Amino acid sequence: MGQTGPLLSVKNVSKEFYGNVVLQDVSFELHEGEILGLVGENGAGKTTLMRILFGMPVIAETGGFKGTIEIDGRPVSFSSPFDALDAGIGMVHQEFSLIPGFSTTENIVLNRESMRPSLLNEVFGERMSILDRTLMRQRSESAIAKLGVTLDPDMLVTEMPVGHKQFTEIAREISRDHSRILVLDEPTAVLTESEAQVLLTSLRRLASEGVAIIFISHRLQEVLDLADRVVVLRDGVVVKDSPTKGLSIRDIASWMVGRSVSGETEQQDSHRTLGEPILTVEHLWVDMPGETVRDVSFSVQRGEIFGIGGLAGQGKLGVPNGIMGLYPAGGLIRLGDRALTLNDPAGALRAGMAFVSEDRRGVGLLLDESLDWNIAFTAMQVHGQYLKSLLGGLIKLRDEKAMAELSQEYINLLDIKCTSHKQKARELSGGNQQKICLAKAFALKPQVLFVSEPTRGIDIGAKKLVLDTLRRYNREYGTTIVMVSSELEELRSICDRIAIVDEGRIAGILPAHRDSADFGLLMAGQVKETHAMEASRE
Amino acid sequence: MQWRLPVNNIKTFIQDFGWPRIIIFLFLVSLFILAPVVGVRLDASISDVMNRFGQYAILVLALVPMIQSGAGLNFGLALGIVAGLLGSTLSLQLELRSFLGFFGAIGLATPFAVLFGYFYGKLLNKVKGEEMTIAMYVGFSFVMLMCIMWLILPYNNPTMVWGYAGKGLRTTITVEGYWLKILNNFLAIKIGEFFVFPTGLLLFVALCAFLMWVFLKTKTGTAMTAVGSNPDFARASGISADRMRLISVVISTFLGAVGIIVYQQSFGFIQLYTAPNPMVFPAVAAILIGGASINKANIINVIVGTFLFQGLLTMTPSVINSILQTDMSEVIRMIVSNGMILYALTRKTKVSK
Repeated sequence: MGQTGPLLSVKNVSKEFYGNVVLQDVSFELHEGEILGLVGENGAGKTTLMRILFGMPVIAETGGFKGTIEIDGRPVSFSSPFDALDAGIGMVHQEFSLIPGFSTTENIVLNRESMRPSLLNEVFGERMSILDRTLMRQRSESAIAKLGVTLDPDMLVTEMPVGHKQFTEIAREISRDHSRILVLDEPTAVLTESEAQVLLTSLRRLASEGVAIIFISHRLQEVLDLADRVVVLRDGVVVKDSPTKGLSIRDIASWMVGRSVSGETEQQDSHRTLGEPILTVEHLWVDMPGETVRDVSFSVQRGEIFGIGGLAGQGKLGVPNGIMGLYPAGGLIRLGDRALTLNDPAGALRAGMAFVSEDRRGVGLLLDESLDWNIAFTAMQVHGQYLKSLLGGLIKLRDEKAMAELSQEYINLLDIKCTSHKQKARELSGGNQQKICLAKAFALKPQVLFVSEPTRGIDIGAKKLVLDTLRRYNREYGTTIVMVSSELEELRSICDRIAIVDEGRIAGILPAHRDSADFGLLMAGQVKETHAMEASRE
Repeated sequence: MQWRLPVNNIKTFIQDFGWPRIIIFLFLVSLFILAPVVGVRLDASISDVMNRFGQYAILVLALVPMIQSGAGLNFGLALGIVAGLLGSTLSLQLELRSFLGFFGAIGLATPFAVLFGYFYGKLLNKVKGEEMTIAMYVGFSFVMLMCIMWLILPYNNPTMVWGYAGKGLRTTITVEGYWLKILNNFLAIKIGEFFVFPTGLLLFVALCAFLMWVFLKTKTGTAMTAVGSNPDFARASGISADRMRLISVVISTFLGAVGIIVYQQSFGFIQLYTAPNPMVFPAVAAILIGGASINKANIINVIVGTFLFQGLLTMTPSVINSILQTDMSEVIRMIVSNGMILYALTRKTKVSK
């Protein structure tokens, strides 16, 4: 079977949420052993499409969908994920769904454990059977072997590195007897580069055994490397369905955003005139879990865009969080010629600094409040703006009108896609939420703006917009920006100088136009500090 | 497929409003329709409902600040009620009468309310995430402690102390001759034999509700709401979440004190000892019926909720008892108030998921 027709075909699928069309007439086919790359910007409808495919109840609750899904040429309709599993569709979600206190084996064969009859069966029936640990172990080992990776079958999930969790989850999906279609939603997002390579290799292996794979990823290079065919979604419509052979990243990227994307690294005009040092940091330590800063000193000049890079967990995120008073910190920080009190978020804001947190949903937004609250709140609390006085200044009330005007201004300026300034922040897509965070910081009119991972988890189009906005603010208002990012290329495209943080210390500060290999060496801890300092002085 | 849209709209509406609320609303409407049929006077009933609405509304309003600041439903409202009891007994002890007596009671209750609220708030800040459970036990144990205090505090107004011993406060103390129905009778409109419109009472409730509404629109009120919505966001905006929560607890406790004094002047008696305990759950149930959730509440929720809940409590005994010839009111009150709290708590887990 399957040699003639497609294994899975999606025909004219449309879906709307409360009148908001998210998928329109989407059709594509998937053949046995084929790897299909599904790409699109945030909010393009990828997740919704996968939810439909997997029979998630949220789809039925919101009015179902139009169109048909066929497996082996027969139309199917799933009312729950269990139906989808029975039909041979396995899904690996962005967030892990593993039981932390269980071992690899137990997670892989969960709810399909091998049983041995016991005495109690006579009385209480099947439910009293005993687990057949040996057989379970064999089954999980065979699933792991099929993946071609090494996993300890007895390791508890809590003790696993992230990569192993991802593999465990995939192993669980392929250990089902009749898994024929595997859907992976951003499986490499949490993996290191080498782990991602291993994953891609095992996926290829699975495909060669006849499993059809739908691979969703933001990392276009991976999609190009792995997929046989790529389907590009834009605003709920399939804009391109083509074999990957001969495509370049730029082709896919431009289909995704619907406009041609200029090269990612725009070289800076390397000799800009910058002002006197505005922010001086000396011997900063920050106790931020997972991102400890031990001893960091640097100084930023007025009007500069200063980058802080480095590998995850080395402490680069701790720097802005410590300076802004969100985590216990010590050291000496001077803004202009004033020394700053540490561990005082209100003081840091009042001094003229602002911070766009890397934890957008956790720290950056009031998800359940309207956009105007999100944008105006900090300025209101810190500078007393957007308040109107009543009774001769005795009572100050929220000035809803001024708040609305402010948010409308930023909605237009940053091209934030929303129904109105009264929409809840939760309902926006990741990129638009990030823009709200930026608007909140801009509304403070800061002298020094810290932005932490401003492009994490948002798509190419929004990324470019965010970076352009930062650059424009820097050029037009002279705002000094300190940007922390894991993506070196992004830092190089916008910053004047970049500091690399390694093990809680600055490994070196280099001008952005230096070769990326130099930065790579700093990240790897290859360069002695003295050497790096020399380089920064050139 | 055209016909599906209105059905969906109705479905969304029902989902947002919630079945329990709709059932209670329909039940109340049917009680009003039934009343004349079984011989219960409608005008007297409506007058009753308004009276009880006024009696309880401020106690319900007292829950709003803590819900907004994320400290949950104030199951420890009994603390505020005790502060109010101290205020009103002191007012009687000092022989304050009429409006001076009523506002004097509020004034005398204020320092206690602020003090209790302050320490209660400090405690709640230490047990974030478990506020509601802890609050309930704080309320229970404090009421019990006060049971001892009412006996040994040196009150000596003869209308208040036990006659045979000459000391120790009675369980029920009348405010007649001091400030009985001082608000209810202020500008009251009497129509016919059975209908009285308690203008002063409702005006006072409206004033309190208005002040709360204004407060929630101030800078501090806005900060408080933000703390309840996302404490980390508020902290990153330079706001001390603990301070905001503390303020909300103090306001809540103070309003609890005001609420019980308003209740007493209308009801006619100061009830001491374990009496504060059964005041709390109905207030919580009322605001939940009004549509509040564990972390969002507004003035409309208070008004709608108090009206529905008290309406139900007023109408059930008269109407149902006339039909069944038996007293079901207490049973129905228990089912409705505890059922409503249960419903709201289950909804919380659904939302946070």
